[in-house]
Formats: sequence, C-alpha cells, structure tokens
Amino acid sequence: MKVLDIRKDGLEDIGKQGIGEVTITGCLGERYIGCGMKDGVLHVVGTPGNALASYLDGGTVYVDGNAQDAAADTMNAGLLAVKGSAGDALAYGMRGGRVYILGDAGYRAGVHMKAYEEKKSILVIGGRSGSFLGEYLAGGIIIVLGLGYEGRNITGYFCGNGMYAGTIYLRTDKTPPNLSDKLIRRSVDKKEKEDILRPIISDFASAFSIPAEKCLEGSFIAIEADKSKSYSQLYAAV
Amino acid sequence: MLRRYRIRKDESCVSCLRCARECSFGAITAEDGQTLSFHHERCVDCQRCVSFCPTGALCITEDENRFRSNSVFRQDDIREIDLQARTGGVLLSSMGAPSESVPIYFDKLLLNASQVTNPSIDPLREPMETAVFIGQRKEGIDRGSDGRIVDNLPPHLELRTPIMFSAMSYGAISLNVHKALAKAAETLGTYWNTGEGGLHESLYPYKRSTIVQVASGRFGVHETYLNTAAAIEIKIGQGAKPGIGGHLTGRKIIGDVSKTRMVPEGLDAISPAPHHDIYSIEDLAQLVMSLKEATGYRKPVIVKVAAVHNIAPIASGIARSGADIISIDGYRGGTGAAPKRIRDNVGIPIELAIAAVDQRLREERIRDRVSIIASGGIRNSSDAVKTIALGADAVSVGTAALCALGCHICASCHTGRCAWGLATQDPELTKRLDPEKGAERLVNLVNAWTREIQEIMGGMGINSIEALRGNRMALRGVGLNAKELDILGIRYAGE
Amino acid sequence: MKREGEIRISSGCAISGIFCRDGRRISGEAIRKSIAVMHNRSNGLGGGFAAYGIYPQYRDYFALHIFYDSQEAREETERFLDKRFDIINLSKIPTRQIPAISDAPLIWRYFVSPLPHMLQDSQLDEDEYTSRSMIRINDSITGAYVVSCGKDMGVFKAVGYPEDVADFYRIEEYEGYSWTAHGRYPTNTPGWWAGSHPFSLLDLTVVHNGEISSYDANRRAVEMYGYSCNLLTDTEVITYILDYLTRKQGLTLKESSEVIAAPFWTTIAIKDEEERKRLSYLRKMFSSFLITGPFSILVGFSGGMMALNDRLKLRSLVAAEKGSTVYFSSEEAAIRVIEESPDRIRAPRGGEAVIVSLDKESRC
Repeated sequence: MKVLDIRKDGLEDIGKQGIGEVTITGCLGERYIGCGMKDGVLHVVGTPGNALASYLDGGTVYVDGNAQDAAADTMNAGLLAVKGSAGDALAYGMRGGRVYILGDAGYRAGVHMKAYEEKKSILVIGGRSGSFLGEYLAGGIIIVLGLGYEGRNITGYFCGNGMYAGTIYLRTDKTPPNLSDKLIRRSVDKKEKEDILRPIISDFASAFSIPAEKCLEGSFIAIEADKSKSYSQLYAAV
Repeated sequence: MLRRYRIRKDESCVSCLRCARECSFGAITAEDGQTLSFHHERCVDCQRCVSFCPTGALCITEDENRFRSNSVFRQDDIREIDLQARTGGVLLSSMGAPSESVPIYFDKLLLNASQVTNPSIDPLREPMETAVFIGQRKEGIDRGSDGRIVDNLPPHLELRTPIMFSAMSYGAISLNVHKALAKAAETLGTYWNTGEGGLHESLYPYKRSTIVQVASGRFGVHETYLNTAAAIEIKIGQGAKPGIGGHLTGRKIIGDVSKTRMVPEGLDAISPAPHHDIYSIEDLAQLVMSLKEATGYRKPVIVKVAAVHNIAPIASGIARSGADIISIDGYRGGTGAAPKRIRDNVGIPIELAIAAVDQRLREERIRDRVSIIASGGIRNSSDAVKTIALGADAVSVGTAALCALGCHICASCHTGRCAWGLATQDPELTKRLDPEKGAERLVNLVNAWTREIQEIMGGMGINSIEALRGNRMALRGVGLNAKELDILGIRYAGE
Repeated sequence: MKREGEIRISSGCAISGIFCRDGRRISGEAIRKSIAVMHNRSNGLGGGFAAYGIYPQYRDYFALHIFYDSQEAREETERFLDKRFDIINLSKIPTRQIPAISDAPLIWRYFVSPLPHMLQDSQLDEDEYTSRSMIRINDSITGAYVVSCGKDMGVFKAVGYPEDVADFYRIEEYEGYSWTAHGRYPTNTPGWWAGSHPFSLLDLTVVHNGEISSYDANRRAVEMYGYSCNLLTDTEVITYILDYLTRKQGLTLKESSEVIAAPFWTTIAIKDEEERKRLSYLRKMFSSFLITGPFSILVGFSGGMMALNDRLKLRSLVAAEKGSTVYFSSEEAAIRVIEESPDRIRAPRGGEAVIVSLDKESRC
C-alpha cells in the first residue's frame, strides 16, 4: 500500500481513478480529501478538513480520527467510514452509498438524503446525533445506535423535521423530544429488524470490527413522514 | 341626479327573484312577486345579488352616464355638492379613507432576503416562531435573596401570531360577527376586541381571548365586563375619525344591543368626542390606574389612539402613563360611520406613524418598556411584516376580518342595511352570517397570513418574530423622497 | 465606495481561542499557529487577536490601544486624554515591517487611570467613565479609533491574514493566560483596520463568525441604552449587547447567553416548571436582544472566556480540554495543530454557552 504525507505530497494524486489503496498521513484540516473519488481506498490518518469525501462516487474512505463539517456532502456512491465523530452537516443531500460514523454526529446530519432508482443512501451513526437529524429527509435510511448513551436522548431536538420520505431508525424506545406532528413514530417489529436493520448494522459493525450483536441489542423505533399531512395542502393558487 | 351604478341582466335570467330577496337596499325588487324591477339609484354595488344569482345573469357597472369630466371638480365632488344642497347634511361615510392621493407606503416598501452570507430558513420544516408577548417591561431585573431572578413582569398578552382583530362594537356590527371573531380568536391563540358597545353575555366564555374596550360613552362598562377579559383597552380615538365621537342611532338600539350597552331601547347612543374625565395626559394615567385597580392589576391596559400629527410625543406620554400597550390606528383605518371630510382628511398613515413612534420611544429609551399594536389599512401578510419591521409588536385588522366574513367594502355600513349581514342589526340580515362558518374563514385567513409571515421571515433568515421587530434593514424604499425615507428610517432600494 | 461604518458589510470567518485555567501565561505563538490552520476561512481582509494577562506590570491601569490616521488625530486625542486621565505610560506599539501588511495607521498604547476629581464630578464608576470617554473619542475625533481599553489586556488587529497580523504585531513576544483570534472574510474589498475583529469594550472582547439576521433590531435596541454602533458590524452589536446585559442589567454570562441564543418556545415548553418560568422571563424581558441567524462567538473577559453558538447552531464550534488548558475553534484541526491529543473534544450544542474561568488560586 502506498503511503502519502499530505504535508509533502499534497492532494494532487488523491481522488484520481485507479489509485488502488493509499494511506494519507499528517492530515490537519486539509479540505476536500477524497472529493468525487470513483474507486480505490483511502485510509486517512489525522484530522481531515471540511468537505471530506464530498461527491464521493464509488470509492472508499476510512478515517481513523474525527471528521469535520460537511463530510460526504452530496455523496453518490461508495463508503465513508469514520472511527471517531463527524462535525455538522454530515451527508447533506447524499443520494447513494454508505456513511458509517462510529462516534457522534453534529447538527444536521443526513439533511435531505435521498433515494433514486437503485440508489439508496444509508447513514449509520454509532453514538448520537445533534439536532435536526434527517431534516427534509427525502429517501434512504438513517440509523442512530446511541452506543454508550443507553437510556438517554440520542437525537437532540427537531429530529426529522419536514421529512417526506425515507426512514429514521433509532435504537431506543424513547420518542425524540418535540417531534413534529407531521411525523409518525412506530415500533420496529422483529421481522423489520432482521430484514432491514441486521444486514446494514452487521456491515457497519464489520467496518469497525466491533460485535454486531451489541449494536442490535434492545428495541428500535422508526420515524417516518405522515403522508396524510402533505405540505401541498398549505397552498392556494391565485 | 345622476345615478352611480347600473344594474343589468342578460338573457340567462330565469326570473327566480333570488336577487330581489338578497338585495337589502331596495335596488332590486319584485313588486308583483313576479317581475324584477331595478332601482339603480339605490344600488351600492355590494355585489350580493351578483354573488347569489344562480345563472350569472346579473352585472353591476358604473353608470356610463356621468358628469362632464373636470380635473378639479371630480364626479364625487359634484355628486356630494348636490347631496348637501338638497339636504344640508354633514356627509356620512364608512370603512377607511379611499386614499387616492395619500400614498400607501406599504406598496413602496420592499423586503429583504438572505443570499449566501447567511442562510434562509425553510419555514415549513424548521422552527419559525411567531409568538409575541405584549405588555409592559421593567427597566431592570430583580433578584431574590437566593440570587435567582424574580419574575417582575406585569401581566402580558400572549399571541401565537402577531395578528389580532380590531375593535368593532356590537351595534355597529352584529352579534354573529362578534361570535365569529371570538371563536376565531380563541382557536388562533390571539385576541378580538369588543369595541365600545359592551360584551354580550353569550360571549363571556371567550373571556381569555377577549379585549374589552372602555370608550368615552362607557356603554356596557361594569365590573363584570372589565373582569371578563384578557385586557382592557381605553379608546381615545380611531384612525377613521380622530377627534370625533360616535353616534349610534336609536334605530339600532334594540333588543340585546340595548341590553348589552345598558342604554334604553330606541335612544341614541352618543360617544362624546373626548373622555370627559381626560382633559390632559395625567388624567389618562388616572384612568389607566383606576382600571387596573378595578381588575386587581391582573390585566394589561391598552390605550388606543388615532395616528395624528404629533403622534410621537403623544405615544411617549401614553408610555409614561402606566399603560402597558399602545395601539395606534392609522389614517386608512375603517369605521362603521364617520363624517366623510374627517375620514378622508384627518390623521396620518400608519406606516409613518409607527416609524415615528418607534423611533421616538427609542430616543427616549422607553421603547422596550411598552408594546405597540398597529392598525389602519393592513390588507395582507406583507403589510403586517412591514409594519413590524418598522417597529410594531403586532398588528390588528378590522376591515380584512370583515372581508373574510363576506364584506365587499361597499362602504355602506352607516346605512345599517348591510346585505352581507355584518354591519346591521336587522335579524333577517344578521342570520346571513353563520358564526361557525365565519369563524372557520377567519381562522383560515389568519393561518394563511401566519404561514406567509413565516415564509417571509424564513427568506430573511429570521426565525423569531422579535428579531423582525424594528429591524428596518429588512426594508428598502422605492418611489420615496429623502424626507419619507428619513421618517421611515430606511434606505432606498439599491443603497 | 462607502467605508465600513457608513454601510453594513457581511462577513464570514474563523475563530480560535486558548484559555489557561491555571493562570499560566503562554506566548502568542500557539494562537497564531491555530488560526493559521484555517487560512482558507478568511480572505486576507482582516485578522486580529485579543490577549489577557499581557500587562501585569500595569494591571491596575486601563490599557488603551489606539489607531490614528494622522498626527493631528493623535494630538487631539492626547489632549482629550490629558484632561480626563492620568497617563502613566505611552508608547508606539512595536510592529514588524512585513510585505503582507500595508497601510498601517499610527498605533499607540497608553496606560491610564481616570483623574480622581474628574471621576468624582462625573458621578460614574471608573468603568463607565472610561467607556464613555472611549466612545466619545470614536464618535467625535476624526481619524482616531480606540481598539481596546480594558485592564491587563489588549487587542491587536489589522487588515491581512491573521498569521500575518500576528507577525506584524510580534504577537509571539506577548504572554497571556487567555487568547482569542479571528480571521475575517468580509464581502467588501477595501477592508478597514478598525473593522477587523476582535471588537472590544473595556475588558470585554468578541470574535465572531457568521452574519446575524436580527442585526438592525438588535442595533436599534442597544442604541437606546447609550451605545453607538459606528462600525455596523455584528461583532460590535454583540459586544454592546453583552456589555449591557452583564454590566448594566447584572445578568450572568449564562443568563445573557439564554437571552441572545434563547431556546425555542417548544424547547422551553418541555423544561421543568422553574426552568420554564426562568427562560420565559428572560425571553419576554429581553426580547429585543434575541439574536437570530448564524453566529459562533468567543467572548473574552478578565479571568474568563465564553464560547457560544446560535440556537440553531448554524456555525461550527469545537471545544477541547487538555489538563487545565481549554481550546475553542471553528475547526477541530485548529486545535489538533497545537494539542495533538486533548483529554476531551466535543461540539457544544446550539445555544449552549461554554464558560471557563481562572481557577480560584490563580486569580489575582
């Protein structure tokens, strides 16, 4: 595996097609690492800067520390796996691929994530998320496991505000505080847990080499849009 | 005399006579019970007949016959001279000043929006706060011996949206209108205002959404009335007729109107021009405090004044009188009846008045001590937003509320023959308004405006209405001169 | 083209702060290094630093940092100061000529204390006396601008990238227990030295990232209480609001943060009754001082520092701790560059004030 020091080698070679597997060391706030990467595997050591893996288009990016703001912005395909935590505005407008954060996510994670044809965006947060998780969610799946926060609020305020498609799964039996009346909260039954959550969560666990069973322990709730309360009812044409 | 409107019908008329039954002005009759006859001169263009014609056969237009045009003596000038020559009377009118030559400043103000440097906010999905608390504030905080802050605020009104309903009295409008307003205010989490004609007992359950008015006539004012309210408003004046009292003819003082006003049936109800217990500002303070005394200091007291030339110092005086809220009614404010010359020539537009008052109270460092309600010609949500950005805490609407209930602004309220059943006491007419349906329409209207206010605020990146109050950088002017910009405290578009 | 102060200019930014709770004084080198990491959050049109504990030998005197456009402005200002203050020491602030920083004004430093009889006649306390005098200089002496006027602290700012500003002011030669820094991205071209951050009043300094949408509502409210917003910047109005709420209204910094970044009514509604009442009171009482729109701020004051985000957390802010040192920054990397392995690192929630102060034994 090639090893690059970002302070010496810069970003030039990173993100181009056919790079194979590369480790980048010495990261300290450098932006746009893995931006638009179509294939190959990046191992990022240090603290990468904002807009990490934005437009990621099939490549794989592993981060051993924390990610800053706007990681996986408008991601289309591939995998971003962060061993630490992520900053604000994670996976904004993501259309496809997988984003796994072992630690916490900041405010506005998964805002306006989507699904389109065979693409289905998946965001899994191992710890807890800040407020406005999955705001305007338009498709895809967000899972918050709340590992280490058992029995506590794991989503902050205004979870799922304005979402109109997709599903937010939370490993808790507590309804998030001030949940919008345009959303439905339901319990997840055994079948849904096995069919939908197990495959994703097992993949998440294996990405960080942690036991999947621990992540699947206990009950999950799902948050979805109440289709009977569409926003189009609010308008009157002149 | 030349008539003003002409009534026509086309061949689709099936002679169902519905129009004759609907017309309350005697402009369409069916004297023999079969044939329609049109009395064009009685028509006020209220459009009731047109709205109810099942075949769409009717059409009301301005009459083609007209006086020879003259740029000085306009059609109405000649018509009014003739009327006064015939009758010797003071011209009586209703609704707000038509405002042809006095600018509507709202239409010359443009609103701002965020682009790049800060984010706009989606109001349908993100929290967008329109709740307003109005009332008096203290100069500073107090702490208890344990160091905790003690709540030293006098009572406040809590509005879920910064839109209230203006004072319209029972007598000027029907009980059904009061019912619709009260019900709507309760659903909306805002307030309606009894006006000066007392509060009908059937509306006592709406106490928490009611503002009761105390005007110079003191009709229906008693201890229970004062305590069946969330707040008390002292009416000094109104925008349509500053300096003028009121006169409800004995014809309308019948049945429950008489009972509610506590004046004998058939006797005129006169509201004196001033409160004869207020000849100076210190007397106002006395009335404010006596009302607070009578209600155990549990309710805010509002003082309502018309926007007149020296409104800024007047407001400053009111702010120091112990009043909690100042309500200012502008030049274009409506009325059930007012002398036309007064309505059209006295007072100043609400936009200039609010800008001047807000600025003056800030210069005197007392703007935060009182709240301001603005009214007088607010037609839609953007007018409301502009009023708040100029410095008001909340707005109140009268004419717009009546429009929601069917009013077509034919400005004939003073006749007592309102075909829509609003400004009348004729039981045959008042039943035309179903208070339940009326309340629903008012709720829809205010909800729609509130959503629009949220849209506008969201565009500006403002998520709470208090951050809009007095935020004049949210406004730019077009077609205004330097003096107007100066008084409004805003810059020209492009600046 | 209008200068800042004649027109309102929006601005994006980076902020960074270091606070030694044990009162240990560290050189300006660390804060320079931290803010430099976020070079691309600024555009070279403004940078600056606030430092506390840098003038221990003059601890009891107000330290004035003043920009002058001309010698005349300096002479006029010194005449003004002479009449009102006892000037203990005056000197040019030492700078280093570097190509990246040009058009420097005359930059002077004074250590002063109010003349006792003038102070007595004014019936003001010495803070109010001094702050009014400084506002007077900014308002009425053309070409003079007071950059900072607190005790045992100072503000160093210029037009340029923050790391260049640091070099210009030889920031590494100062030692303080508390440092904040700012890199600015204003949306106009000429840039003005006084318009850079930090902004300060007495010992209160503010660095800020974001553009607030409630600006004019806040400005017009705070101007009621004797403040005059000359720069039309967010930072200026935030500083005055904090001064008003803490010094004149007697609110604590936490309470002040609950005014300017008040929780939403829906959030207040789910608190317990006592907390609900307290938060409602603060919102109702001080509704004119709610700040909306994005901001993250670092507030420096004698003996402490506060970090605060707007209630929606529209700007990023990271806090970290290592031993008795506390770090704040717009980006984690700006902390890691000076402290590779903090004991704790986290992002404060929107509207959550993080307040640090000197440990008791290290206070003087």
